[in-house]
Amino acid sequence: MATPKEVLVDPIFNNNPITLQVLGICSALAVTINMATTLVMCAAVMFVTTFANVAVSLVRHRVPSSIRIIVQMTIIASLVIVVDQFLQAFAYDISKSLSVFVGLIITNCIIMGRAEAFAMQNGPGLSALDGFGNALGYSVILIGVALVREPLGSGTLMGYVLLPRVVDGGWYYANGMMLLAPSAFFIIGLFIWAIRAWKPEQVEAVEYEIAPNLQYKEAM
Amino acid sequence: MREAKAKIDKESLKNVLFVAISVCLVCSIVVSTAAVMLQPQQRLNQIYDERQNILRAAGMLAEGRNVDAQGRTVDELFEQFEVRAVDLDTGTFTDAVDPYNFEPIRAARDPALSTNLSAQQDIATLGRREDISVVYIRRTEAGEIDRIVLPVRGYGLWGTLFGYLALEGDLQTIAGLGFYSHRETPGLGGEVDNPVWKAQWPGVTLYDQDRAPAIRLPKVRSPEGHELARYEVDALSGATLTTRGIEYMLRFWTGDLGFGPFLENLQQNAA
Repeated sequence: MATPKEVLVDPIFNNNPITLQVLGICSALAVTINMATTLVMCAAVMFVTTFANVAVSLVRHRVPSSIRIIVQMTIIASLVIVVDQFLQAFAYDISKSLSVFVGLIITNCIIMGRAEAFAMQNGPGLSALDGFGNALGYSVILIGVALVREPLGSGTLMGYVLLPRVVDGGWYYANGMMLLAPSAFFIIGLFIWAIRAWKPEQVEAVEYEIAPNLQYKEAM
Repeated sequence: MREAKAKIDKESLKNVLFVAISVCLVCSIVVSTAAVMLQPQQRLNQIYDERQNILRAAGMLAEGRNVDAQGRTVDELFEQFEVRAVDLDTGTFTDAVDPYNFEPIRAARDPALSTNLSAQQDIATLGRREDISVVYIRRTEAGEIDRIVLPVRGYGLWGTLFGYLALEGDLQTIAGLGFYSHRETPGLGGEVDNPVWKAQWPGVTLYDQDRAPAIRLPKVRSPEGHELARYEVDALSGATLTTRGIEYMLRFWTGDLGFGPFLENLQQNAA
């Protein structure tokens, strides 16, 4: 049985939902263009995963296995709507730039995955730690991606100018690719590489090897 | 506690129904409480945001700021505007709706409050056009129109661009154009938000001698002094469809089906 500390800290690097399990990528692409939206998204995911885990864990003895996924989805969806309503009321500008992606937290595999894999088997306290830990793991990667994308793409960080852009009279030619989703793929790929170089035990076993090409003439 | 659990058959139909109904009930109460409690605050945000966009388009508020150079707030600045509903068919002011609570974009979806556009009329790809819209007018002390802001929208490349077109008191010169919502590609069509590009709009002439909308966004601008030069703004590089969308949108909304008749009436003091 894992200790509470392990449950909380493990998902940050050892079992990171994005870099090891490769879940939750789509929102990582969408919201990391600037830091402010990223932070709000991370906070929203933290709230939803933590409370979804607690709620699922509380009802786990009553929920019949035939409808358990639907029950989990209902709980997660309700929490997401509550978060969305709060953002619209108290962080209107950011909620506008996050647009549909707050709603799409519902389909974030990390939350569903933690509810099904952890909260259904463990008590509310541990489940809360697990949810929060996984959200932290998710946040660490998202903040890392935003830390690269916002300065290189727009020359700013949290709206403050770091690299004055040529179009604003500075010297920095903004890298437009950083504003598009594929750049987040590249950055996440580099993170995965870095983490696996640091912790080689995360490298997956090779499932198959490409056989050498014996019909070398074909290649000529 | 353990014993009580042992008695319940988790998989029985009774329990399935009980769990399903109680989960739905609790969740719907939580969601609706949040929605109802937060609604007034959300509405305030929307109104504030709308006013901010109007002031930005009219050039009274800098991008990314919510007070002007004299430190006046959005609400103070907006108070200078008179909000009026306009019947787009007749081109006259109307009191049929309360302009402060009327939402033209929502009305465009209601068949009772809007007109279907034929493919030929619908150059801005709107589908339907509302019958009543809302305009924002700022008058001088003498009561002359000093600035007027019109809501405009039209389809670009990925979706509809929503914005405001501000005109000078002559109802002929553009004072500014700004979009508050669009889905164009960042770096290409998304450059509609670029302040350098937006700075070209003030001073551009809306109508030609025959009072037809004459705005153009050509790739190659007419030389200075040419008769067309005063109707022109640069096209956006790499965003042909966005550019075309903006041109059509402005032609539609300043044309006969848009605010054209109203602006004409206003000029002759017949609105």
